[in-house]
Amino acid sequence: MKALLVLEDGTFFEGRVFAGEGEVFGEVVFNTSMTGYQEILTDPSYHGQIVAMTYPLIGNYGINPEDVESGKVQVEGFIVREYEPVPSNWRSRTALADYLTGEGILGIEGVDTRALTRHLRLAGAMKGIISTEDLEPRSLVSKAKAAPGLVGRDLVKDVTGRKVYEWPVAGEACFHVVAFDFGIKFNILRCLVERGCRVTVVPAWTSAGDVKALKPDGIILSNGPGDPEPVTYAVETIRKLIGRVPLFGICLGQQLLGLALGGKTYKLKFGHRGANHPVKNLRTGRVEITTQNHGFCVDVDSIRDSDVEITHVNLNDQTLEGIRHRSLPLFSVQYHPEASAGPHDANYLFDDFIEMMKKANGKS
Amino acid sequence: MPKRTDIKKIMIIGSGPIIISQACEFDYSGTQACKALKEEGYEVVLVNSNPATIMTDPETADHTYIEPITPEFVAKIIERERPDALLPTLGGQTGLNTAVQIAEMGVLEKYGVEMIGASIEVIKKAEDRDLFRKAMKRIGLRVPKSGIARDMDRARSMSEEIGFPIIVRPSFTLGGTGSGVAYNREDLEGLAAWGLDASLIHEVMLEESVIGWKEFELEVMRDRMDNVVIICSIENLDPMGIHTGDSVTVAPAQTLTDKEYQIMRDAAIAVIREIGVETGGSNIQFAVNPVNGEMVVIEMNPRVSRSSALASKATGFPIAKIAAKLAVGYTLDELPNDITKETVASFEPTIDYCVVKIPRWTFEKFPATEDALTTSMKSVGETMAIGRTFKEALQKGLRSLEIGRFGFGADGRGRFEQGGTPPGMEEIRKRLITPNSQRLFYLRYAFKAGMDVATVHDLTGIDSWFLHQMIQIIRTEEEIREAGHPLPEDLLRRAKVTGFSDMQLSYLLKISDDDIRAARKSLGIEPVYKLVDTCAAEFEAYTPYYYSTYEKENEIRVSGRKKVMILGGGPNRIGQGIEFDYCCVQASFALREEGFESIMVNSNPETVSTDYDTSDKLYFEPLTKEDVLNIVEAEKPMGVIVQFGGQTPLNLAAALDKAGVPIIGTSPGSIALAEDRDLFRTLLKKLGLVQPENGTALGVEEAARVAEHIGYPVVVRPSYVLGGRAMQIAYDRPSLEAFTRQAMLASPDHPILIDKFLEDAIEIDVDALSDGDATIIGGIMEHIEEAGIHSGDSACVLPPHTLSVNIIEQIKRHTRALARELHVVGLINIQYAVKDEKIYVLEVNPRASRTVPFVSKATGVPLAKLATKVMLGRRLKDLGFTREAEPQHVSVKEAVFPFDRFPNVDILLGPEMKSTGEVMGIDEDFGSAFAKSQLAANQKLPIEGAVFVSVKDADKDKVLPVVRKLHGMGFRILATRGTSHHLERASIPNQVVKKIAEGRPDAIDHIKNGAIQMVINTASGRRSSEGSGQIRRTVLRYGIPYSTTLAGAWAMASAIETLKKEGLSVRSLQEYHHAGSKIQETVKCEA
Repeated sequence: MKALLVLEDGTFFEGRVFAGEGEVFGEVVFNTSMTGYQEILTDPSYHGQIVAMTYPLIGNYGINPEDVESGKVQVEGFIVREYEPVPSNWRSRTALADYLTGEGILGIEGVDTRALTRHLRLAGAMKGIISTEDLEPRSLVSKAKAAPGLVGRDLVKDVTGRKVYEWPVAGEACFHVVAFDFGIKFNILRCLVERGCRVTVVPAWTSAGDVKALKPDGIILSNGPGDPEPVTYAVETIRKLIGRVPLFGICLGQQLLGLALGGKTYKLKFGHRGANHPVKNLRTGRVEITTQNHGFCVDVDSIRDSDVEITHVNLNDQTLEGIRHRSLPLFSVQYHPEASAGPHDANYLFDDFIEMMKKANGKS
Repeated sequence: MPKRTDIKKIMIIGSGPIIISQACEFDYSGTQACKALKEEGYEVVLVNSNPATIMTDPETADHTYIEPITPEFVAKIIERERPDALLPTLGGQTGLNTAVQIAEMGVLEKYGVEMIGASIEVIKKAEDRDLFRKAMKRIGLRVPKSGIARDMDRARSMSEEIGFPIIVRPSFTLGGTGSGVAYNREDLEGLAAWGLDASLIHEVMLEESVIGWKEFELEVMRDRMDNVVIICSIENLDPMGIHTGDSVTVAPAQTLTDKEYQIMRDAAIAVIREIGVETGGSNIQFAVNPVNGEMVVIEMNPRVSRSSALASKATGFPIAKIAAKLAVGYTLDELPNDITKETVASFEPTIDYCVVKIPRWTFEKFPATEDALTTSMKSVGETMAIGRTFKEALQKGLRSLEIGRFGFGADGRGRFEQGGTPPGMEEIRKRLITPNSQRLFYLRYAFKAGMDVATVHDLTGIDSWFLHQMIQIIRTEEEIREAGHPLPEDLLRRAKVTGFSDMQLSYLLKISDDDIRAARKSLGIEPVYKLVDTCAAEFEAYTPYYYSTYEKENEIRVSGRKKVMILGGGPNRIGQGIEFDYCCVQASFALREEGFESIMVNSNPETVSTDYDTSDKLYFEPLTKEDVLNIVEAEKPMGVIVQFGGQTPLNLAAALDKAGVPIIGTSPGSIALAEDRDLFRTLLKKLGLVQPENGTALGVEEAARVAEHIGYPVVVRPSYVLGGRAMQIAYDRPSLEAFTRQAMLASPDHPILIDKFLEDAIEIDVDALSDGDATIIGGIMEHIEEAGIHSGDSACVLPPHTLSVNIIEQIKRHTRALARELHVVGLINIQYAVKDEKIYVLEVNPRASRTVPFVSKATGVPLAKLATKVMLGRRLKDLGFTREAEPQHVSVKEAVFPFDRFPNVDILLGPEMKSTGEVMGIDEDFGSAFAKSQLAANQKLPIEGAVFVSVKDADKDKVLPVVRKLHGMGFRILATRGTSHHLERASIPNQVVKKIAEGRPDAIDHIKNGAIQMVINTASGRRSSEGSGQIRRTVLRYGIPYSTTLAGAWAMASAIETLKKEGLSVRSLQEYHHAGSKIQETVKCEA
């Protein structure tokens, strides 16, 4: 089946359907990771986005039950150069196409994804539409234009869990961590549990009082989709928790923390999405290769508090990647220490979080 | 951390001659390193015995020593140059081993030389199997069960513990020499003995076999801040059990999930840290059990490698260059990514295409060897192809191989398509089970014959992902065949997207490739070019490194400059290798000097020519008519150079010319004329020159008639081939008939050439340069071995050492006359034979020859560069090249052979070329220069002991002087009965040694017992007895210097004489050329 991908600026690409059908909208972004499509598809941060993979061959190793980052496929649509229908891997249970179709997600192939990537790099991430119903570029352009963008829209409320739930740890837990679910990736939870933490996951709108009532040793501000600014309720809550409980912000979590510290955020031209971004840790001078997935960034100059220091910067474009507070127990990073998909170089941040909780709780 | 200022002078050890497992990739990495270090202001001292390298060009390093890469010579150079540091990781295993040896000799300590990049402890930890195994255990990684044996008893007892099958690997060797799989006790006996012998430290490792597991490689880099990045992952299509150099490999890894890939990445980082490679690149190999994902570490190379060269070309990340900079103290985040400029080197390249590397083998050169692949590498070259899909890259790779195939079958060129019947199931199964050079094509036969994926996977161990990709290609093939001509537009486009070449479509649709091309173009189905940019288009790329594909957007940036395109030589093979790449690179440099845009087209990932900063533009593409025409049409160069890349571009010349492509330099007509026997004969007649009596034949009968007429012995050979392919000397009719048939197979549709064989003639090679008007001799080389031995396999000396002035003058006159008559613009190579003071013209090639780099190094004249400028319209006199160089020193080129890889092959030399590489010895006199050439070629000339002599009847008189000379120098002489008798009569004292089957102890026992230090053994070609072949194989195995020709023996005796009298000294090329530097300087000023 033929499909058409049309961007709001009128650029269009023809493709073929390999999964699902219909018409989907979203911000069109590209991811440069060569592996990890299953993790990417299930990452709630991609809510509201149509993802194109720059690696051309997708589907090679199928889909397995373990490598999921949330309970469902989160992307609005999926674009690849060539779908590989016959997977090969000892853990594979289903083919990617069946998985997507089962979840009602549209996947198209045969697109010159490199041309698409170059276009997005030059023109910036933009709204787009994929359709198998309407193959008329002009009408699709107007639909794409009319589609809601990411800026000013609270996407967190769409993806956050509705209920409080726990990720149990085998044996006795060393710490109790409350994780705000702004669209949390399971691997953050796995990383905490591996380190002996009992984790309680709470909805994004949980109040500071309710959180404190859970008596957490530390709080995770999770990743999540879209623009941080409209997520005002979370910013308010975080503001009340700063200095009281150790905080560790990841991705959207850093942006919300930045806002809570009085800063501002801005939208990047085409964002960072991939598993090869070099980040320099200014405290050690070492470089870590990181997983990234964000379209917004904290403007560090807008934070007045002189005790907030920059701990990490991106070596590709010098953007802010991490901050900490000199006297209060909090730090955050713009990238993904839980990786998945991507390298494990930044795993140590979870250990740092444990250390911070130890200090704050007088344990050692 | 900035670069170190406490070191000023750095030494780099090259990898020496091209051999199987050490090829151009080390010229590529060494050249990058030299450039990188010079760029940083360091003084670079280089030693490499291989003259055909760009790294030994006098401009590449500051002090270039073309000397043998032995600890003794390297120590002498260190003593003379006093470098502050030694960078051992860029010269392959040879460089690494030599560095270890000189460190152990105490040389580094004595002269205060610091080893940078990797310390001796690191090298040992990575290279010594036992230390490596212990290190892996410490970091919790599993390695296959294994143990070290230093004798046969231990090997036997250990095999009980490990259980068969067992891989036997010798420690400290090249490319898995001597390693193999023992399936039973008997296998173990043979392999372990061989392995102990092949190991530099007489040690083998027996290892649990993980045959059939998936094989992966990661290219890792580390800096002194302990930052580690993975440059590239590579998945071998062929599973464990086949040397990675003999495996089809794919980048990036295709069948690992991110979880599994990250486990491997973590392991790789742990390995490089535990082994302790301080700075630079390493290659780490893993095996993964396809059933449950269990992972083991196979090995690590703490240096740049063949795979790192491939990874560099596959990603655009210059591993060797960065490694050199890290070694002098930079960290990854301080170094820019050249391609994007705005980002840094501390990242992991991400690619948005698929890369397929396919090895090129030359089993046809060694008919006595079975075409079977094992853990010991046998391929002599490789090609790389880039496509947006695996299917496209595989098909491009297969047509890049230049084995007469145009993709994944479906081209009518397979043995069975030509024979008419497809192979039977039994044949297919056999060829799938035992890996071999044709296995890819048999995979296609298997599927076409209805075998299913599970069965094929079972027989081959190849992952079903790859097999399904092949099936998809076959399905498209069938669709094309069924649809017939004219193909619907959609299917035609799909065929191109799937990598089908016009030649395949031509075969499937039964119309000419030109018609396919026309049809395609009329529908607008044309390739687009995309960039290799390290970052999948996330950042702007500034380096124009392109590959073709069939897709929407074309990224080509055609400049308005005047530009010239150079066609490279494709994959290395015997007869066409680094020498031609050297010429192409020189041409590119010349174009730049002359203000032209240089465009390189090549498919060989090992080379300097495919370094993205060698030329202004690089097209990594197959060298076929279709692919080249596409680039010509896109770029519209004012000229295309075909005379530097060996036979590959020459074979395209006529078709390109016909298509209206402007070929610059000597016209394709003249090139063809030299190949056309009749035209050539007329031309010689006109010039009053003589050639050996000759004729051509199109069949066996005709060949016999020609031979009768000329008189035996005759040389039989096919036309339009390089490297003496299927060229043989026939002494009688039966052999003539057999050889004619073989020649017809080697070059179908072309006439067979038959020449009178001039016995005992001296062969001369001349390289000259002509601007169409003036012709200047580049160099005259006298072969050491007599005519009849392929010129590529002969040692030769420049200037000639036995020819009279009169003969030399005549040769020069003839050369000038031939160049003028052929209207040569550029290089010309002529081979002459001199017999009884009479000169015969054997062959004329109006193109760059294999000897051009050697001549350039010997004389200091950059011939290929000058030739390029001449082709651009410059005159030799304006370039300051008006007089041939007359070097005051002697240069000897010696060939290096791959016989140790092919255990059953006879080492006798003949008209078919067998050598893979060459070395050069340079000194004041012939004896010293020849001695150096022998040492560089790993012939350890003895200065005392016993010489074993066994020669054919025709040589029995002629051998006397050399034996007398050796005896005079104090050698004891051992000889077989016949030879002994003859020596006796000439009053040369000697001792009789039994031939094989004359009882024990025989000659072989003496060799094994170390009672023989040198061997002179001549035999009459194919009719030699099995016994003498066995002697020669033993000699080879025990590394005893040998000569299979009298002239070679004589040269060895002179060299030994020199060695006995005085030691050899070292001197840099820059010093040798100082005297001749005037010419060079004029050349430079003019440029």
